[in-house]
Amino acid sequence: MTEEKTHHPEPSYLVDTGKYKGLMAWLTSTDHKRIGMMYMYAMMVFFVVGVLLGELMRLELFRPGQQFYGPQTYNGLFTIHGIIMIFTVVIPGLAAVFGNFSMPIMIGAKDVAFPRLNLFSFYLYILGAAIALSSQFMGNGPPDTGWTFYAPYSIQTHTNVVAAVFGAFVLGFSSILTGLNFIVTMHRMRAPGMTFFKMPLFPWSLYATAWIQVLATPIVGITLLMIVAERWLRIGFFDPSLGGDPVLYQHLFWIYSHPAVYIMILPAMGVITEIIPTFAQRKVFGYKAIAISSLAIALVGYFVWAHHMYTSGMSPTARWIFSLLTFLVAVPSAIKVFNWVTTMYKGSIDVKPPFLFALGFIFLFMIGGMTGLSLGALATNIHVHDTAYVVAHFHYIVFGGVGFAFFAAIHYWYPKMYGRMYNFKRANWSFAFLFAGFNLLYFPQFIIGIMGMPRRYFDYLPQFTFGMQLSFFGGILLLIGIVLMLTNLFSKKGAKAPDNPWGGKTYEWTIPSPPPVENFEVMPEMGENEQPYDYK
Amino acid sequence: MGASNFVEGVDLAFKVIFGISLFFLAGITTVMLWFVFRYSRKRHPVAEQIKDNNLLEITWITIPLILVLLMFYYGYAAFSPQRIVPKDAIPITVIGKMWVWTFEYEGGKQSPVLVVPLNKPVRLNLHSEDVIHSLFIPAFRIKEDVVPGKNNFMWFIAQQPGEYDVLCTVYCGLRHSYMETKTRVVSEAEYEAWLKALPEKSNEPEGLVILKKNACTGCHSIDGSKIVSVSFKGMFGKSEKVMTNGSERSITIDEEYIKSSLYDPDKDIVSGYQKGIMKTYKGLVSEQEMTKIIDYLKTIK
Repeated sequence: MTEEKTHHPEPSYLVDTGKYKGLMAWLTSTDHKRIGMMYMYAMMVFFVVGVLLGELMRLELFRPGQQFYGPQTYNGLFTIHGIIMIFTVVIPGLAAVFGNFSMPIMIGAKDVAFPRLNLFSFYLYILGAAIALSSQFMGNGPPDTGWTFYAPYSIQTHTNVVAAVFGAFVLGFSSILTGLNFIVTMHRMRAPGMTFFKMPLFPWSLYATAWIQVLATPIVGITLLMIVAERWLRIGFFDPSLGGDPVLYQHLFWIYSHPAVYIMILPAMGVITEIIPTFAQRKVFGYKAIAISSLAIALVGYFVWAHHMYTSGMSPTARWIFSLLTFLVAVPSAIKVFNWVTTMYKGSIDVKPPFLFALGFIFLFMIGGMTGLSLGALATNIHVHDTAYVVAHFHYIVFGGVGFAFFAAIHYWYPKMYGRMYNFKRANWSFAFLFAGFNLLYFPQFIIGIMGMPRRYFDYLPQFTFGMQLSFFGGILLLIGIVLMLTNLFSKKGAKAPDNPWGGKTYEWTIPSPPPVENFEVMPEMGENEQPYDYK
Repeated sequence: MGASNFVEGVDLAFKVIFGISLFFLAGITTVMLWFVFRYSRKRHPVAEQIKDNNLLEITWITIPLILVLLMFYYGYAAFSPQRIVPKDAIPITVIGKMWVWTFEYEGGKQSPVLVVPLNKPVRLNLHSEDVIHSLFIPAFRIKEDVVPGKNNFMWFIAQQPGEYDVLCTVYCGLRHSYMETKTRVVSEAEYEAWLKALPEKSNEPEGLVILKKNACTGCHSIDGSKIVSVSFKGMFGKSEKVMTNGSERSITIDEEYIKSSLYDPDKDIVSGYQKGIMKTYKGLVSEQEMTKIIDYLKTIK
């Protein structure tokens, strides 16, 4: 469809054309591509910090008993590890980076609907992250509540909970505004002729995500403010010694935080849905089923929150209703997996690094999803709830799923972002280390969880030592993989990238690499008979 | 036979769910890798475009739906009896307090270990004195949160004599991972004898009882060993360097210092320790109780 263009008259978005040069030109840019890239750099810094904090925990857990530091440090570590990874990495995640960079181009738009609001969202993100991190250095020491801030402990502890909670509150606004921006963009700015059911599937997944961001995030916002109010004014929402109800906190927290898992994973699924047809050179199988399943996940995802609370003392009726609803949300995820695999059938598959990461994603996501089934079922949940099994399960979803999809997405859109290629061989090696390290790190946690190892334990009983040590070595392999990947992508300039290195069919592959500021020289239109993913 | 009456049902639910999952994981992965191999660009240079197939979509919506409903059923079936307690169950009150479990038997007798008779239903009434804890007995496959202000409960019939771990699974602060004890399953005769021998009321000094009641002994030992903080042994009358408003000064630990340490713990921090670890006991320990604590501390020099 596209012919390789030899010269591009328009300057690329990487060239500073405005009033400012260098860093200032980036910090003041409302270009969706630059904002996406800024999110990416910020997130990578947070990600690496989060990983190192995780490794510090694995080091301490290498043997039972105290090794390097005491329980207060450990409790602070898992709290800030969670806050950084959840609120500053995986929740904004693929939507903030690749949603910003690619989505407007994929629907044939020059930018998002509200470019300045978009930049404002980025600054809210930085501000929120800074406030959350300040909790480590100010007040009575790092918060020690876990990222879930469960009351009444979060009301009673003397550590600096307010800063962390307020940081998460500000980050929430960044998320809400990005969601709003994306919804309006996709409603109003699609290329002429591109109906909703002709929109590529990554934008589709962002559309479902954006509704969760807009509708669910305010709930956690107000809940976190209630924590602040309770700590400062002793109001008594959640702390029973003040007349409150701690289980109410859990309901409010999970009404957002369960859908938040879908904020993380839906864009990841969307990216995989772009990568597989591109490298199989085949029309995606079950386009409508995949699009609708995104909406179904977003919708049903609202009604399953209390499966985090089967042991909280809820009524037996509430327990079985939430269990039943939880199983229903498994079905649309299964639909996607079947469609991805079928898209490979009779394709012409080129196993390049993005595709390799996508395969890794499917495998790890299946393990994450299937181990979630015994968390959804009542009897089995009671046994593994709040154990290392849960730690393993959500790392399979959030790291194996979202993380590997993020890596796949970087390797997929990298040539478009920088106009350069990277070394495929080293990318494949980094995948090998990441994949092996990941499984060695987290799979043993399933086993020791079933054996009865609780989560958030500074010290543990001797029977869990072997599993903990396997995890430690997995953590080392994983770290090597991350270093290999980052140095491969960012240490030296690769060969010049063509406009369409993978033979993709979505609009971003029809424009130059890197794209010009306004993306398109001629605004695209979709003909009546044109379909997305039209490989011929 | 399982260690408790619930083991069989819970383990069956695990087997059903893991069995089905493993079958699909292996199947899908094999098919996926086969496609990658068989339809690699080398072996299959030109892709064939396949039309969507609604029948196929409906099939793979229906089959997973049936399977997950089956899983739901097994989970539900093994769980629902956990909420129906037999009327003749032996009631034991579990008191969760940072970071100690205490088990109170009928008549107010207390024990740090949960001793239960074989083959008799036992009902645990869960009571928290501070934050949320969760009582977990892995061998019995049971767990329920111990929520302050709520009357949660759990029950079981122990079916195998022996000793099993009891753990706390809801994060509850500094020494969460040390909030563990054992449950001992013994014959009915042994149980009766043990309960009889359990002292009616503690013959420990009143001050120590207050310290234990407030879980002070979770961090401060009474035998000179270091748990989290300074041991109570030999504390009274000792001189100590403390940080007050950022400057160091020397004090002697007397009545006044102990009082201020309990009511305003962050005011004078013993050098080498961190602020914010100990909470205030204002309103929790009365002036009267304070006198008894101090009397007791004077005795363990």
